[in-house]
Amino acid sequence: MEIVLVGLNHRTAPVEVRERVSFTAEQARRASEELRSKGILEETLVLSTCNRSEVYGVPPEASRECAPGLSSFLSEFHSVRMDVLGTSLYHHYDREAVRHLFRVAAGLDSMMLGEAEILGQVREAYRVAHDQGATGPVLNRLFQGALEVGKRVRSETELGTRPMSVASAGVKLAERIFGKLAERSGLVLGAGTISEQVIAQLRDRGIARLYVMNRSRERAEGLAKQYSGDVLPWGDWKKVLPVPDVIVSSVSAEDAVLRREIVEQAMETRANRALFLMDLGLPRNIDPSVGKLYNVYLYNMDDLTEIVAQNRHARENEIPKADAIVEEHVGKFLSWQASVELVGLLNELRAKMRDERVKFVHMRVDSMKHLTETDRAFVEKLMDEMLEGLVLEPAQRLRGEKDLRRKIHNVEALRDLFLPNRGKS
Amino acid sequence: MHFALFIATVVAYALSLALYLLFLSTGRVLTGRLGTLLLAVGLVTHYFALLERSRGLNGIHTVPYHDLYGAMSLFGWLLALTYLGLELYHRQRSVGALVLPFILVFFVAAHVAPPDKLSPPDAHGPLFALHVTLNILAYSAFALAFVLSLIFLVEESFLRSHKLGDVVWRLPPLELLERMSRSSVLIGLVSITIGTSFGFLWVYRLSYKYSFYDPKYAITLVVLILYLIYFLLARTAAWRGARASKLCVFNFLIVFLSFTVVNFYLSHSHRFF
Repeated sequence: MEIVLVGLNHRTAPVEVRERVSFTAEQARRASEELRSKGILEETLVLSTCNRSEVYGVPPEASRECAPGLSSFLSEFHSVRMDVLGTSLYHHYDREAVRHLFRVAAGLDSMMLGEAEILGQVREAYRVAHDQGATGPVLNRLFQGALEVGKRVRSETELGTRPMSVASAGVKLAERIFGKLAERSGLVLGAGTISEQVIAQLRDRGIARLYVMNRSRERAEGLAKQYSGDVLPWGDWKKVLPVPDVIVSSVSAEDAVLRREIVEQAMETRANRALFLMDLGLPRNIDPSVGKLYNVYLYNMDDLTEIVAQNRHARENEIPKADAIVEEHVGKFLSWQASVELVGLLNELRAKMRDERVKFVHMRVDSMKHLTETDRAFVEKLMDEMLEGLVLEPAQRLRGEKDLRRKIHNVEALRDLFLPNRGKS
Repeated sequence: MHFALFIATVVAYALSLALYLLFLSTGRVLTGRLGTLLLAVGLVTHYFALLERSRGLNGIHTVPYHDLYGAMSLFGWLLALTYLGLELYHRQRSVGALVLPFILVFFVAAHVAPPDKLSPPDAHGPLFALHVTLNILAYSAFALAFVLSLIFLVEESFLRSHKLGDVVWRLPPLELLERMSRSSVLIGLVSITIGTSFGFLWVYRLSYKYSFYDPKYAITLVVLILYLIYFLLARTAAWRGARASKLCVFNFLIVFLSFTVVNFYLSHSHRFF
């Protein structure tokens, strides 16, 4: 009942390797089936995201023995030579494999520390494998634990609370002013990559109406169509600016696009209703003195970058708290795993004792001719009761005493001690 | 019994404050909910503490504003009640950490001193009780609006100066603070209007003893008008934001004046309300 993990991620492999070893949903299903049908693993789960490809499994034999087979399987499945994969792959076993998965679910192993998406990806990978029947009691328990760790880390630490990109920081700041954006409207000047990132964030936060303005109307239309927005003609500030609550500017211009008098006039028309401005252009698109107007909140690229840096630092400070949660759940899982294995060991021990009892009765009691059939049956019954008592008491204690389960680190050593000639359960 | 209720209320409010502070720093929902629960527990025990105190005043159950300390305790209780109502209505707990200290201070200050031996006021009965209770409710609602406006001004200055720190991410959005402040002022306006009307009714009944020219009436009218102006202006686009919040802070200074200088030195028919 050991656990093995073979995989690669953004730390161990460049994107050229990661993209060759990534799994589509269909490939993940097929790989799971093949791994089980070939007898490499008894339980399998493939977790594949843009930053990692990992195979979790329960092997039929000692986990370290099956690792080379798993690596070869990955190499063959994706038609990538082993010398390309070799340095990128990592192997984790048992405790380390459990810890790794829990850290992944917590967002501690992500490229962007504390990102939220990974938990959904772990949940989806587990759902797919579970529906396929590829998981069993061990991986079920393991992934349910991972999902619990992910939820706890997000609710009990600030690892995922603060925005980590300029676009999300800007949108979160807008929410500090307006609250939920569901009844608000936004205007994005420019149709480049940064504009698109901000539009995606605004849409993600449920902004009610979205307008795009760009010198090239064609590009604006493409972006507006993609995010269900409307295109407005470039430069008609008098008509346009009184409407939106959030304005994001990211255009290439030598001089300020939104000068103070333009915004001042717009604020008059909108009767000083609060206005949040994000200036993401370099050189700046909005006259800095606009930030001094009443109810106008102006943030430029440097301001937002500084906020992101502060947030990154704040997230890093949360790592020890998140790690403590991970370790707590690793301990819980290993304790559960030990109890299951110990109960299995006790069952085997009981079966062995029964065999020994039969042999003993056959060798010793059969020679006692003065015993009647009833006496013999009585002796056998007494011995059975004694054997049951011997096994039952520790089994009950194992179920009830968590500390006892934690103390027993190596079930295999016990198995070797009492059942040297038997295979594993 | 009185001491047990005092301890129970202090413990409930203090724990609630600790949990609200923890909620402000960690954002854990469960912590915030426990803070709210303990505030509700504190409200219940505080109510019975008030009841005990009023029983001790003259042997019968009456409203406990007979003396300064009773009025302060009732003020604290109504502040807690108003805050809890606003928290549940607006689903926002971040302000709790900033309101609870006031509630705790008013409760402790009121209950550490024994009831004084002032003669009871001339007016009695439910109308008089409503007059005083509603006016203290109005003052507590204005106090809450004052706290909310201060938070607004501080948060707004942080946002404008781009110095966000750790707490700004936990505070309510500016617009929600404005709405909470307006809700609180509305409660105050309704309470003070009805409460003052009841007061005038009693003045009319006791006209042989009190005149209609108490300075308290004038300042109450000023307070009412100022908050009415705030309530109307705070809804206009030109005043929304820092201007309305500054007006709200200014208005509360007048309330404070009414509650202290006017009551102690100028009014001849009002003591502590």
